[in-house]
Amino acid sequence: MMFLLLIFEFNKLLMKKLFTLIFSLFAISGFAAEPAAEGGKFDPGQMITHHIGDEHSWEFAHGATLHLPVILYGKNGLDIFSSKNFYDEHGNLKPYNGYVKEHSHIYYANEAGEPVVETNAEGKEHHAGPLDFSITKNVASLFLSVALLLIIFFTIAGRYKANAGKAPKGIQSFFEPIIIFIRDEVAKPNIGPKYERYVPYLLTIFFFIWFNNMLGLMPGGANLTGNIAVTLVLAVFTLLVTLFSSNKAYWAHIFKTPGVPVALLPIMIPIELVGILTKPFSLMVRLFANITAGHIIILSLFSLIFIFENIAIGPVSVAFAIFMNFLELFVALLQAYVFTLLTAMYFGGATEEHDHVEDMGFGGNVKDHH
Amino acid sequence: MELVTPGIGLIFWQTVTFIIVLFLLSKFAWKPIMASLRQREDSIESALRMADQAKLEMQALKADNEKLLQEARIERDRILREASEAGTAIIEQAKARANEEGTRMVANARQAIENEKKAALTEVKNTAATLSIEIAERILKHELANPQAQQALVNAYIKEVNLN
Repeated sequence: MMFLLLIFEFNKLLMKKLFTLIFSLFAISGFAAEPAAEGGKFDPGQMITHHIGDEHSWEFAHGATLHLPVILYGKNGLDIFSSKNFYDEHGNLKPYNGYVKEHSHIYYANEAGEPVVETNAEGKEHHAGPLDFSITKNVASLFLSVALLLIIFFTIAGRYKANAGKAPKGIQSFFEPIIIFIRDEVAKPNIGPKYERYVPYLLTIFFFIWFNNMLGLMPGGANLTGNIAVTLVLAVFTLLVTLFSSNKAYWAHIFKTPGVPVALLPIMIPIELVGILTKPFSLMVRLFANITAGHIIILSLFSLIFIFENIAIGPVSVAFAIFMNFLELFVALLQAYVFTLLTAMYFGGATEEHDHVEDMGFGGNVKDHH
Repeated sequence: MELVTPGIGLIFWQTVTFIIVLFLLSKFAWKPIMASLRQREDSIESALRMADQAKLEMQALKADNEKLLQEARIERDRILREASEAGTAIIEQAKARANEEGTRMVANARQAIENEKKAALTEVKNTAATLSIEIAERILKHELANPQAQQALVNAYIKEVNLN
């Protein structure tokens, strides 16, 4: 538990630093705005948002862009075309086939090539667009990571068959301690006797997050695990598995918390019910915030060079960015571990057999496990 | 707000892909890997257990051997002791018998010597008696060779008879 607390403290520290950095950045960009006005103002905020967000094409380096397929479903039915169609020969954005792309979002276009504006029920105006199922940079990165996962672990599984009963070799011996660690140190102590059912899920989620965290740190990589949609889905999976494997004791703990007087139950039940959702919610936010924060810090450090427009700041900024990159390599592993560990703990809470069921609601001599 | 608004596209792809990868990895990677790991751990464990058992058996065997050796040693000591006792007894017996025999032989010899002595003494007596008679005869013959001596003797006898 100490270790976890340390992580949370660390996260807090990181977030605090991040905010001060961002605020100082905005302040500095305010200063820098005037002299740089004629040469095209550098906006670090926009650059960073652009980098950590999603795109319809994958720019590995300036000029080396992979145009990814756009898949839209809306009032025109299903539309599939290349995102290249949104660009003219000079690389400027243009409307295509009744759609217009703006800030990496695709909207319906009107006659003038502008996004159609709709007013929602609350009277707020917003751009109207189709449902976007495009293979974006993040989705492409997701497929890449999945391909990597499948290739690596199928190879390892093959090795286990090939030299059964022998000592592991090569890639097999690199991943075996990690697999055993997840099984023996994460699943076994936190879930209890029924841990074996959950090991495949924990292994998948651990390696999925770790691989994607690492891929996100590659130059030109996508910020997949720093995307709230991805962490949302992972957290929902954990929630669903928790709920489907929950036993009587788990629900008894929620609706009839042991040791709590009956008069307090009307307060306790809603709290416990919200608690079911806050656990995966914290999983979602923790992973998203940590990975995004890392990306923002590194990009901010690089932005310093362009903000100061001074060669002296270069080495300092690069040194800090390198340090942050190493830290992020560690955070990539750590966050994968934390997500997996907490998932295992939630599973453990859902499958735990309470041996004091008969004492429930009487308090006093109740030994609480938590 | 943009950053914390999940996009429907990524949710869709992430869900589909994650389900597929979870299924594929569970079925074709984790299952065989976990099975092999378990199998290897079991085999290591059983090997260790067997080694332990062998060690125990060895110890038992060694203890048995030790016991046998100890018994053999005791047996040997016993036999040696018995043999030495028997030897001593035989010697004692032989000595006693020899003593007895010796005593008996000495007694016999003494008896024989006594008998011989008696016989010899008897013979010496007889011989002495015969010699005395012969000497006496010769003396008499010599003494009584003249008739005067004979007369004197007869007179002496007659005198003696008269006395009686």
